[in-house]
Amino acid sequence: MLFKISWKNILDKKLNSFLCILLMTLGIAMISLLMLLGKQLQDKFAKNISGIDLVVGAKGSPLQLILSSVYQIDNPTGNVFLDDVAAIAQNPLVKEMIPLSMGDNYQGYRIVGTNKKYFEHFKTQIASGKMFKGNLEVVLGASTAKNVNLKVGDTFGSSHGLDSEGEKHKESNYKVVGILDYNNSVVDNLILTSLNSVWNIHEHKDENHENKAVDSTIKREITSAIIKFRSPMGMMTMPRNINQNSKLQAAVPAIEVNRLFELLGIGIEGLQFLAAVIMLISGISVFVSLYNSLKERKYEMALMLSMGSSRTRLFLMLLLEGIILSLLGFIAGIALSRIGIYLISNALSKKFHFNVSQFSLQTGEIYLFIGALLVGILAAAIPSLGIYRINISKTLATE
Amino acid sequence: MLACSELSFSYDTKKTFNFPSFSCEKGETLLILGNSGTGKTTLLHLLALLLKPNSGSIKIKGKELALLTAKDASQMRANHLGIIYQKPHFVNSLNVLDNLLLANYLADKKQSKTQARNLAQNLGISELLDKNTSILSGGEQQRVSIARALMNNPDLILADEPTSNLDDENCNKVIELLENQSKNIGAALVIVTHDQRLKDNFKNIITL
Repeated sequence: MLFKISWKNILDKKLNSFLCILLMTLGIAMISLLMLLGKQLQDKFAKNISGIDLVVGAKGSPLQLILSSVYQIDNPTGNVFLDDVAAIAQNPLVKEMIPLSMGDNYQGYRIVGTNKKYFEHFKTQIASGKMFKGNLEVVLGASTAKNVNLKVGDTFGSSHGLDSEGEKHKESNYKVVGILDYNNSVVDNLILTSLNSVWNIHEHKDENHENKAVDSTIKREITSAIIKFRSPMGMMTMPRNINQNSKLQAAVPAIEVNRLFELLGIGIEGLQFLAAVIMLISGISVFVSLYNSLKERKYEMALMLSMGSSRTRLFLMLLLEGIILSLLGFIAGIALSRIGIYLISNALSKKFHFNVSQFSLQTGEIYLFIGALLVGILAAAIPSLGIYRINISKTLATE
Repeated sequence: MLACSELSFSYDTKKTFNFPSFSCEKGETLLILGNSGTGKTTLLHLLALLLKPNSGSIKIKGKELALLTAKDASQMRANHLGIIYQKPHFVNSLNVLDNLLLANYLADKKQSKTQARNLAQNLGISELLDKNTSILSGGEQQRVSIARALMNNPDLILADEPTSNLDDENCNKVIELLENQSKNIGAALVIVTHDQRLKDNFKNIITL
């Protein structure tokens, strides 16, 4: 009965209740969305750098080097000579060097020239077909294959650059020989081939490229290389050494990603603060709504008291109204944040081939739940205390 | 059933209400007539244990109630008193049936829909049970008030100007129903009013 009265009272003031719930929903949805996004980005970023100690490439922004070489989202910093990188790889501290050569794409999906060690690093599995061997043979990541609608045996012409609008390489076509299984890493959205294929496809056109025309010698170029060390000692000495004593740049993914998240973190924190303010306003609106309704319903309260109700029971009834409102707001907010995540995931995967999908309840959201409940209880409790001050006889006689 | 002697009450030091002694037996009706300002509502609130008298005694079933604590008084009201107010007020968000059941609930008794339906039948408001209280006419509202006052089978029914807002026809109906229902459950009925129309209906009359 108590719940019924509270619920009927909420229904009785539809607009007021709607406003309270709406504000709570927005606040909760924003915080929850930010938590989900932040967590998933961090997960994704962390997963892709695991095992990569160092990235070597052309001088420029270290963050850009990491983003382009590890996450395949930013543009590369430029090209470097394979010989220079190979020289670094000679260092006994280096366990493994994986060369990467980017420059072309097919419908926005990057074609990356590399070797088998790249596949080993990401522990990929071939879903159908086989590994590339010969010239111009490629293997597709799972998402790429699905989205560009190519299967084993198909051929395609790549475009120059990393945007799908780039100039087409018309004279030679790549051939799909294999498709990889879903790996839940950056590999899913790539087209992988051998270094030779990338070099070959550009050789015919070298005369058209001013920058390459100067040194179209036997010296082979790559975009960057992923380096793994045998021991942490490599971390201590090599990045500094490379950055100071060579034309190359060495960037440590862990450091750059941390920096990126520090920058992002400020934005996320700012937005979370804003969301918390919205939640607070929701609390105030519950407060005002109950305060007003208590004034309007003073006679009703006195009546119930005269019918033998204890004051505490009526206090609980009003408290329950606040709790129901904030709970409804919480549920709607969580639902809204899931819809938001779904939309963002769709948008991101179209634009950056970057998938975020996490719909389960986060531990942070349990705190959010407690927070919403506290806001509801507090906002309802303060005006509801007025119950204890009602003079039954006076209210019944005068109103 | 109800016996009051030498009740007095004052809101402030300037004016003190002194009420005559009276009593009312089971199944009887007592009409207390008085013009505005003679302390009718005050007397009713004293009987309803909503106010504490300065002096005097109120006994229901021989039990002294004038000095009960607020908590005991509220329990007493829930279990033994049915009150009908001048302006029929309800919990607006609930329909008629729920407003009746509310009386059971607030007295911590089992919510009896059968009781509510029977009373509604007797009072001729059966069709109104699922309606919102705010759309009822004055006469209908007053009948719902009566039904609510009877929900817990009280020993004493107090009515404060139950007819002052009603036309002659409804006035007679309401009083008749009120009297009959009180007799039915064997409760003492005390009506406080300035409505001279009621004078002829009752034998026991006190004028303030």
